[in-house]
Amino acid sequence: MITRDDEDLPGLLAPLARTDELALARLHSRLAQSAQRDGILDVAFDIRDTPVGGLLLAATEAGLVRVAYAGEDHDSVLAALAAAVSPRILRAPHRVEEAARQIDEYFAGTRTHFDIPLDFRLSHGFRRDVLSHLSGIAYGQTESYAQVARAVGNPGAVRAVGSACAMNPLPVVVPCHRVVRSDGSAGGYVGGAVAKRILLTLESAA
Amino acid sequence: MNPPFEHIVGRHGPAVLRVCRAVVGADDADDAWSDTFLAALSAYPTLDVGANVEAWLVTIAHRKAIDILRARSRRPITVDVLPEPVMSTVESEAERVDLERAIAALPDKQRQTIAYHYLIGLPYAEVAQILGGSADAARKAASEGINALRVTLGDPSPRTDRPPAQAQQQRQVQQQRQGQQR
Repeated sequence: MITRDDEDLPGLLAPLARTDELALARLHSRLAQSAQRDGILDVAFDIRDTPVGGLLLAATEAGLVRVAYAGEDHDSVLAALAAAVSPRILRAPHRVEEAARQIDEYFAGTRTHFDIPLDFRLSHGFRRDVLSHLSGIAYGQTESYAQVARAVGNPGAVRAVGSACAMNPLPVVVPCHRVVRSDGSAGGYVGGAVAKRILLTLESAA
Repeated sequence: MNPPFEHIVGRHGPAVLRVCRAVVGADDADDAWSDTFLAALSAYPTLDVGANVEAWLVTIAHRKAIDILRARSRRPITVDVLPEPVMSTVESEAERVDLERAIAALPDKQRQTIAYHYLIGLPYAEVAQILGGSADAARKAASEGINALRVTLGDPSPRTDRPPAQAQQQRQVQQQRQGQQR
């Protein structure tokens, strides 16, 4: 905030100080629509409640680009998207509506795979190969980090598979939770151990 | 790196709306706000990191408001520009409507200087950069505007029963004058 170079807001103008939340919500929604129409909404996002907490869903024109747990700090995630994709970012539920609907169905147990366009631009090289492989692990199945490493043609890269999973920009939708330790224990997870257990339990009930 | 534009809207949206309402009136404020933020979003990737975002937004809002005021001066005014205060049940709401009406009756320069200095907090030097002229001239216009508002609104005790005709007429006369000047 800029400091005023003389007296404060005269009391006379006080009636204008109230924030008109209703009007601002309407204007925000109109802005998102106009931006979409003009092709300048580079990243649209929304935050949806799920059994594993608030999930941030962000999409480019190409598809869903980021799913983030609250533990990842949504503000930091948006700042990173501004740097990596574009700062033209608005909360605009419309573009992520279909993804949100499918995630709701997934948590309700009525959906076993996701059918939405994905934008993998945040992952490159080996990590991208790992994510491509993960998408092929079926609902209710698990693989070990070592199995994934072998599957992507680099059996020695078990740790790198672990970090590719930890850096997965699209958790839940790209099922890094289906990768577990060779001894059968769950192992780490970008959304935390509790979230991983919730997802694996949900899928094993099917 | 500039923060996500969503933060810009959240942080500055309310003040820019106050500015738009003061400069173009409540009826056109939504259009002015929308035009401003859409243009800002479009240009946002090229905004220098560390730039004064408020001054940047006000500069855009100022241009958009001028477009709206020009378009309005060309079209005949057949309806009230401002909402009727009789519908206001809450006293503070009536007070606000009275104030908006009084601001609407001020000359452009006074409305703009009051909005840019008092409602969003730009120093007079920056107000002057946007409006042209000197910082002292901006300060003088704002001060004259505030004095005019004091006269129009009288004592702090709010009046909710004042007929809307007076401010309305003033506004029309002023707009006709502007139209003739162009």
